Amino acid sequence: MLEFKNMGKTFGDLHVISGVTGRVDDGEVLSIIGPSGAGKSTFLRCLNLLEEPTEGETFIDGEKITHENIVEVREKMTMVFQNFDLFNNMNVLKNITIGPTAVKGISKAEAEAKAMKLLERVGLADKAHVHVSSLSGGQKQRVAIARALAMDPEIILFDEPTSALDPEMVGEVLDVMKSLADDGLTMIIVTHEMAFAKEVSDQIFFMAEGGILERGTPDEIFNHPKEERTKQFLEKVL
Amino acid sequence: MGTYLEGILVALKGVPMTLAVAIIAVAIGFCVGLLLALMKLSKKKILRAISNVYVEIIRGTPLLVQALIFAYGLPQVFGFHYPRYVFGISGLIIPAIIVCGFNSAAYMAEVIRGGIQAVPKGQREAALALGMSRIQVMKLVVIPQAFKIVVPSLGNEVITMIKETSVLSYVGVVEILRQAALWNASTFETFPAYVGAAIVYLCLTIPLSRLVKLIEVKLAGGVK
Ligand SMILES: Nc1ncnc2c1ncn2[C@@H]1O[C@H](COP(=O)(O)OP(=O)(O)OP(=O)(O)O)[C@@H](O)[C@H]1O
Ligand SMILES: [Mg+2]
Repeated sequence: MLEFKNMGKTFGDLHVISGVTGRVDDGEVLSIIGPSGAGKSTFLRCLNLLEEPTEGETFIDGEKITHENIVEVREKMTMVFQNFDLFNNMNVLKNITIGPTAVKGISKAEAEAKAMKLLERVGLADKAHVHVSSLSGGQKQRVAIARALAMDPEIILFDEPTSALDPEMVGEVLDVMKSLADDGLTMIIVTHEMAFAKEVSDQIFFMAEGGILERGTPDEIFNHPKEERTKQFLEKVL
Repeated sequence: MGTYLEGILVALKGVPMTLAVAIIAVAIGFCVGLLLALMKLSKKKILRAISNVYVEIIRGTPLLVQALIFAYGLPQVFGFHYPRYVFGISGLIIPAIIVCGFNSAAYMAEVIRGGIQAVPKGQREAALALGMSRIQVMKLVVIPQAFKIVVPSLGNEVITMIKETSVLSYVGVVEILRQAALWNASTFETFPAYVGAAIVYLCLTIPLSRLVKLIEVKLAGGVK
């Protein structure tokens, strides 16, 4: 369970997010939608301290996230990025085993066996030994998901995982994410894929101007939005 | 014609020494340069300052002056001697290698820093997000990629060093130029002696720079 209270972040004079409060229970999917510059990425990055929040606190399973425990927290709460950010000096398999071996101290053989299972799961078992630069965008993102899964996380944060993909590759990545949701993985997903968000989410945040303007179930947000800003946004993107 | 050939043969005798000093110096230069580069990128102001001052001093003074200070100045001030012989050659090779290595480090620090910064920030963040420590991120993700970027510059540094080591002939290291100078002193064949040295330097530097070009092309093709 993840709980965040009154999260805020300023860059100099710029208030990027403020007063972001909420919780995500085990097995839940939270999707965050909203216009560009709303602070969605900043919020996600404040959760795992890639960005230092200026205000507020976050608790994972009741434990406060601090710089002291951040390494253990990041094992439990991994992240998938918009631009995949696979490690360019490693092949596909190594990208997936490096986390478990370096961070968790799992043996290479065990990590590789597990990585192969994960590659199968994301449909890329045949690509284990190729260099990451030879993959398509959709394949790269599926490897990145396998890399995040290899840590056996409780939660995965996704920051626009399909935004850098050619349209024909979006589906293959969303399919993998859907299967994760079905398996009960806790996920926080920043996305512009509204149909997907509607289908997999338990709750939706509509973020704008650095705060949560409206929150609710997919039905509440997509079918009965209350706020004028939400309605305008949805009209534009749907 | 015979004297010219002899000049070349004399200079050739200095090749092992020149190459040994240049290669060891670049190896030291790489290690120290990496340290300086990491200091330059550190969050700690004091580390950045130390690194910057070091680089300024080394780059702002001639290698020959540094070599003279190390070979003759320091032993006098601190009252010590370099060993007379190491592995059967003059012990002055020790300060020579140290000075060349530490000199080369100052030049390489900048190159290595550029290489480190060329590794996309996203990959560093992805590594952190998996729970890696900063040191692991550097060791496992950043430095291996930076190294690939830096390899051609390392090669060029070897070439530069091969030429620069000629100043060591002033501090008792019998490398290519010193061989030529000694031969000149005993035979007065001044022109053949130094032309011989020049030809030998070229025989080293031209193939090496070709090799560096090749490696460069190969690496550029392999990394996307
Ligand atoms: N490191 C930074 N320094 C200064 N300003 C920043 C920094 N990171 C983000 N910002 C600013 O914070 C605001 C919110 O950025 P953020 O990336 O969180 O938005 P977003 O909702 O993820 O947008 P998008 O949909 O475009 O990804 C933007 O105005 C951005 O310019
Ligand atoms: Mg964003």
